Amino acid sequence: MDIHIDEISKEFGVSRALHPVTLSIPSGTLVALLGPSGSGKTTLLRILGGLEFPTSGRVLFDGRDATGLSVQERRAGFVFQSYALFRHMTVFDNIAYGLAARPRAIRPNRTEIARRVTKLLDLIQLPDIGGRYPTQLSGGQRQRVALARALAIEPRMLLLDEPFGALDAKVRKELRQGLRDIHDETGLTTVFVTHDQDEAMELADLVVVMSMGRIEQIGRPLDIRERPATAFVRNFVSA
Amino acid sequence: MSDASLHRPGAARSARPASYRKPTEETPAARTALILLTVSGLAILVFAPLIVVFTEALADGWAAAIESLGNRDAQSAIRLTLTITAIAMPLNAVFGIAAAWLITKFDFRGKAFLITLIDLPFSVSPVVAGLCIVLLFGANSLIGGWLVAHDLPIVFAIPGIVLATVFVTFPFVARELIPVMTEQGRAEEEAALTLGASGWRVFHTVTLPNIRWALLYGTLLCTARAMGEFGAVAVVSGKIRGQTATMPITIEMLYNEYLSVAAFSMAALLTGFALLTLLLKTALELRHADALAANHRH
Repeated sequence: MDIHIDEISKEFGVSRALHPVTLSIPSGTLVALLGPSGSGKTTLLRILGGLEFPTSGRVLFDGRDATGLSVQERRAGFVFQSYALFRHMTVFDNIAYGLAARPRAIRPNRTEIARRVTKLLDLIQLPDIGGRYPTQLSGGQRQRVALARALAIEPRMLLLDEPFGALDAKVRKELRQGLRDIHDETGLTTVFVTHDQDEAMELADLVVVMSMGRIEQIGRPLDIRERPATAFVRNFVSA
Repeated sequence: MSDASLHRPGAARSARPASYRKPTEETPAARTALILLTVSGLAILVFAPLIVVFTEALADGWAAAIESLGNRDAQSAIRLTLTITAIAMPLNAVFGIAAAWLITKFDFRGKAFLITLIDLPFSVSPVVAGLCIVLLFGANSLIGGWLVAHDLPIVFAIPGIVLATVFVTFPFVARELIPVMTEQGRAEEEAALTLGASGWRVFHTVTLPNIRWALLYGTLLCTARAMGEFGAVAVVSGKIRGQTATMPITIEMLYNEYLSVAAFSMAALLTGFALLTLLLKTALELRHADALAANHRH
């Protein structure tokens, strides 16, 4: 699904989190929103997911206006920064949550849900942890479970907020490749937020550099590195 | 001798473990003193009164105590107290959840004011609260006059007692829930929403399970307090024997009439109810220790 962000702005009270920004994301692209904290990247991601509504502007999914769609209607697989796994549920129930929450008419039956959860556990290469609770998992395992839970709803796009932020360097490298593989396998349009330029450059097809609520540059990693459009980008990328 | 040990580093080191203690640990003398202080404080303030209540109740034997609880007025007081508690507890559970939900999951103007308002019953004397209810709903007030004319008396009747009890016990559930819900944040609810769950589904599959222990504590505290409420109820109830006299009020009346055995029997029963709620809480804690730990560790 392609995403078009048309002159989106967001104000929280008197402060301006996003100046009008415009961005087109072709279907199937893996996009990084890169910037320091306070650059508006997370706000933009949350607007895409329907967790925040823009003060002005429109969001188009496949050319259709999606600005007014509720968070449930968006069907965006969202991975939260601290994963936000349901702590009182097993890994299995966490992943099954979105399927079990569907209206009866389109809800898969119990065996079908179990089949899909098992398949997702295989996809994240943790086939045996269905019975465990989130507290019994390592950080990296939690992140993968959060990813599986988001994929379970057969999302139209994948949105990830600092997906590797809470992990140590070694696990981070492994999971980067894991996300790339899952993206290539599912073909989902994927947007992730990061403040780590290596992560953005290594993983993304398209990097969007943001600062102070504005988009500084949009481009392929190579273009951004070799032809920074503004002084901010040059400084940020060379840092 | 001490000179000799100074020249042998090994001796000094081996002597250390005996006197070694953690930086946060007190000396044995200080520890003993603190333990004694705590135990004697507990003994004088908690255990002694508890024992007195039960010995006074049984001063004339079990038969007399049980008989004093069997008469009509006593039975009515027990029934009334249990009824009031049964009404006040679920009301405050619902109010408490609603208030805590509002305060922790939403940002709005006047939030600080609302938090202060929730704490108000803790700081206002129950007697004053009772007086306010009388002034608002009494026969001489505008609302009260209308209510009495329509045969819906509040003051000197059960609705007044319920109002007074609900007011006094209002903060318990909310106060217990707010810190827990603040700590847990909104991320899990947001995650559930992105997975397609409706607001109601999010509430009963994510929010409620996460707060169930705090909710239980708050409700049990609220129950214990509701059963024992005296000041506010004394003002609004009118203390009509057999009609609006709750257990605490009956105890006071009996005591003032020098009916010591009857007063203390009733007091013992009320204490028993309170101990029962505490016992229930402890039993649940033991039984669900794992779930509790899982909830806190995350």
